[in-house]
Amino acid sequence: MTETLSTPVTPSPDTSRRASSRVRSTSRGRRPGGAAGPSLRERRLSRTGLLAVTPALLLTAVFFVVPVALMAWMSLHRWPLLGRSTFIGLDNYVRAFTADDTFLRSIGFTLIYTVVITPILFVAGLALAFFVRRPSRASTFFRTIFFTPYVIGFAAASFLWLWFTDPSAGSVNAILTSLGTEVDQTSWFVEQWPALINVIVMVTWKVVGFQMILLLGGLNSVPEDVLEAAQIDGAGWWRRLTGIILPLMKPTIILVLVFSISGSLLAFEQFFLITKGRPDNETVTAVYWIYNVSFTKFELGYGAALSVIMLVLLLIVAAAQIRLLRGPKND
Amino acid sequence: MTEPRSDASAPASSSTPVAAPPAAAIAAISPTPAASPRRKRGRGAVGVWWWVGGIVLVSLFALPLLSAVTGSLKSPAELQQRPATFFPQTLSGDAWSRLFDPSQGTLMGLANSLVVAIGTVALTVVLSTLAGYGFGRFRFRGSTLLFGVVLAGMMIPFSVLLTPISVVLRTLGVSNSLLGLVLVYTTYQLPFCIFIMRNAFAAIPDEIEEAAMIDGCSRRSVLLRMFVPLVVPGIVTAAIFAFLNAWNEFLGALVLLSDQALFTLPVVLQTKQIGQFGKVDWGLLDAGVVVSMIPCLLIFFLLQRYYVNGIFSGAAK
Repeated sequence: MTETLSTPVTPSPDTSRRASSRVRSTSRGRRPGGAAGPSLRERRLSRTGLLAVTPALLLTAVFFVVPVALMAWMSLHRWPLLGRSTFIGLDNYVRAFTADDTFLRSIGFTLIYTVVITPILFVAGLALAFFVRRPSRASTFFRTIFFTPYVIGFAAASFLWLWFTDPSAGSVNAILTSLGTEVDQTSWFVEQWPALINVIVMVTWKVVGFQMILLLGGLNSVPEDVLEAAQIDGAGWWRRLTGIILPLMKPTIILVLVFSISGSLLAFEQFFLITKGRPDNETVTAVYWIYNVSFTKFELGYGAALSVIMLVLLLIVAAAQIRLLRGPKND
Repeated sequence: MTEPRSDASAPASSSTPVAAPPAAAIAAISPTPAASPRRKRGRGAVGVWWWVGGIVLVSLFALPLLSAVTGSLKSPAELQQRPATFFPQTLSGDAWSRLFDPSQGTLMGLANSLVVAIGTVALTVVLSTLAGYGFGRFRFRGSTLLFGVVLAGMMIPFSVLLTPISVVLRTLGVSNSLLGLVLVYTTYQLPFCIFIMRNAFAAIPDEIEEAAMIDGCSRRSVLLRMFVPLVVPGIVTAAIFAFLNAWNEFLGALVLLSDQALFTLPVVLQTKQIGQFGKVDWGLLDAGVVVSMIPCLLIFFLLQRYYVNGIFSGAAK
């Protein structure tokens, strides 16, 4: 950490000046009773530190801590947009699990989406990482292009995909037609599985470069000589991959999986903009349904209860991440 | 917690999050260049297929991006033409002139997006630099706990908290305003940016500070004249991510703004995408998509080292 910064700083030239000034300042006697000084100084320092972090903490308190508490409180109420809220205990939670089919279906759909896309992203990301592993200019160019879709926004990417795969005006249609193939792309937007696959292709295009970059970092941590030794010993590429490379990359793999799992559980834009929940709310994700409940039906209390359930789900994933990451350290 | 990775290649291992960006960002993530014999071997028969595969993949990745550009340059007549074309037969600036036509609302959306993104960057940079200074250089009662609270913000995504956030904004009287949106966006940029800035400040050797103080520098001038120049790489990384996240954000803007005149660009594009009378103005939508991609691509290509650095330090936390 210090090593990297020492280059721009180069404190060495003025050591002499520093030494002389130290003498000067002590003789000036800034603080009476030198030995007792530190405690006073320390206290002053702490106040400076606290003062410096206060503005950020204030914002965090108002727009993060308060909303978390308020969410729990709201979830116990019937809370309309306007008018008085009424306390109803756990009724919102009971309703979520017993009377709201769309919510349960949206959770199920979100889980299906997550379970399908996570291995796709991982395998594709790993394959790309192997592909661009060799250090060369062309590799760098390929990496850069593969990564580029990641930097644009999810909304922009969704609008783009809406156009790109549009059944009549879109470019995919133009290309397929020019190749002499007729494909009815309407189902890519209005039927559950075709629409899901369309979204998965879009998301893979958009984020696989990110996974590739992280996995490339992990791949480079695998010592070359170990692999060569294994090769000499006659281990085939599959053995080397599953027996050496993947186990050594474990921390990166966990990280990458957590990114794609937590990202997929929060999916919204790609479905809201591309499938619009069609057909009949079958491609509505959990966040999408919370949005519908809170901001189109304005049942804020019920929306808050659904958010709490969602949050618990996310915290379970986060806890699993921490446990998995701590695991390898112990053995 | 950090990813182990070979020393020479580490572009941004967690211990050097922002202090010194690697020379070539994405190019820097490579195994030790010493592995040359293997490389030479690869340049044989495998080489051809590697090139073919690479070029095919690059085309596939670039195609959707390209199609938005070509779509935005087609005339309205050509967009109606069936079968559809990929490359425009005649270049038309029609969609672009509509994008900048005030009556379409896209220009307003662009302006709103810029205001929100720049506001978020300014507030985030100031607050996270101050907080990074506080957490990185001082130890005070509860500092560990408070830092933990800040980091907790990274665990809980803001899309799940929008329901209570909208109530808080209404209570404070800043609902349906760009200011409210900036405050919310800033709050959710802070965890990552404070994390970055704290590491940047903590990396400054104590001797520098002591020397300056002994020379009679006040604490404030140490911060402004000595520290801030040293943490510029961290500030750039924080600013990049604050800008991109605010610029690209959709759900929050959709929910927290109700006045059409305040809509940010993605929300305006969403109203365009629903289309009038069931007909989507593809040219306008494509031009809008291109405009919303431009800042992202510029930042990525021009400030790549900071960008990739930020990704790795974000991953390492």
